[in-house]
Amino acid sequence: MFWDFWQYNFFLRALVAGFFLAVAAAILGLYLILRKDAMLGHGLTHIAFAGVAVALFFDVVPFPVALLAAGLAAFFILKIREKAGLYGDTAVAIFSSLGMAVGIILASVAKDFNVNLLSFLFGNILAIRDIELYGAVFLAFGVIGALIFFYHELIYVTFDEESARAAGLAVDRLDALLALLTAITVVIGMKIVGLLLVSALLVIPGAAALQLAGSFKKCTLLAVVLGAVSVVGGLNLAIILNWPASGAIVVTSGGIFLLVAALKRLRSA
Amino acid sequence: MAPLISIKNLYFSYGEQLVLENINLDVNRGDFLAILGPNGSGKTTLIKLILGLLKPQKGEIRLFGQPSATFKERWRIGYVPQRAIARVDPVFPVSVAEVVSFGLLPKKSFPRFMKASDWEAVRRALRQVEMEAYERRKLSQLSGGQQQRVFIARAIVAQPEVLILDEPTTGVDVTTQERFYDLLGLLNQKGLTIIIVTHDIGIVNKHVKQVACLNRRLVYHGTHEEFCSSPRLKEYVGEHHLVVHRH
Repeated sequence: MFWDFWQYNFFLRALVAGFFLAVAAAILGLYLILRKDAMLGHGLTHIAFAGVAVALFFDVVPFPVALLAAGLAAFFILKIREKAGLYGDTAVAIFSSLGMAVGIILASVAKDFNVNLLSFLFGNILAIRDIELYGAVFLAFGVIGALIFFYHELIYVTFDEESARAAGLAVDRLDALLALLTAITVVIGMKIVGLLLVSALLVIPGAAALQLAGSFKKCTLLAVVLGAVSVVGGLNLAIILNWPASGAIVVTSGGIFLLVAALKRLRSA
Repeated sequence: MAPLISIKNLYFSYGEQLVLENINLDVNRGDFLAILGPNGSGKTTLIKLILGLLKPQKGEIRLFGQPSATFKERWRIGYVPQRAIARVDPVFPVSVAEVVSFGLLPKKSFPRFMKASDWEAVRRALRQVEMEAYERRKLSQLSGGQQQRVFIARAIVAQPEVLILDEPTTGVDVTTQERFYDLLGLLNQKGLTIIIVTHDIGIVNKHVKQVACLNRRLVYHGTHEEFCSSPRLKEYVGEHHLVVHRH
């Protein structure tokens, strides 16, 4: 009975979309955590929320507007940090509060799209359409490809920005790339796990992998595996227990983190 | 032969605070130059200007004969930053080999994938600093002195012509410092030009060939021997540091 679901197209679509999101988010999240920028993804979800609200208000397709809003916000967050000399999380807090405020005001002014807006907050991976699946997979490929091509530069900049700059690497461009990739990943994730939960996939698999790995390569591979297991395990848990898929994915991810943390304690005991 | 690094009439200030005033300094191939000076004397600022991390407000820096602003072959200068050991994040999952491999990136063109020959170069650099056995270890599991050697390996893996170290022995015990300076002396003997920024007058005893004393202005620049026999030595470094004979 449970395995029957694996024959349904909607379930397979959910698995494919979720898998690619998890892989992109896990790799990206590792860099964000190590740059002490784990809240950037969470902040950008709030901006994407404002983008969706604007799109629904003007009755246009939400994805491009959310992507534009999150991309621009990522760029301005970097600029504000650089020019205004703020701590990273302060710039994120300013933008995320503003994003949420715009979303709430628009939702209140135009009362008829509240339900639609909520679907972006909580996601619905099992109701994903073909066009959304292809879009998500295409964008996820872009994010994963960029992370592979700039793998060594991104680690160097994350590990020791000053030396990377002295060595002539384009540190500012790499920072902008990472922020843009985060914005794209957030927008892919908003339909799959929802804006409120996408930052969990950005942070939890990476945080779990960091407990065990001794090299960046191993840590990246482990984060990818843990992210993918979270999505596949979470979707199956959702079917078995009749839970919302996005919630089940994040709970599975959290469970994996706890298991890994316990394993680390056992190893060091 | 033209100097590897040539600094002419250099001025730099942070806001209203003038930090460097009319600095003129040449570094030639094979030099082992120690830049000495008290806290806030502009030593690190001078290094950052040479490395292109800061831009001169007046004056000129030429690297290998080219203006610093347009100099692209940054791999020709290896760099070990100030407080490198203290900045090591214990959570960061990076192996010794990975850290050393970063030094090869500026020499590579996009996409900067690592080849088997790059990992061989990493092992060679680790061998030079006697850290080959630690290749697969997590960086944060090493001692301060071992980490410092790994940072040297990162700085020399691309076979630079100049190595710049900014207060490299901060936080390292005295015995390890001795071994560290011996290593620098050996690298210099093999042809590497070295610039070391330090508070530690003791290094002058060992391997340094030239000394520059900085206190906003360049108050002294000359050979080790001249430095040690200078009647104004007391002014440069303070009375309690006067035992500076080479052993």
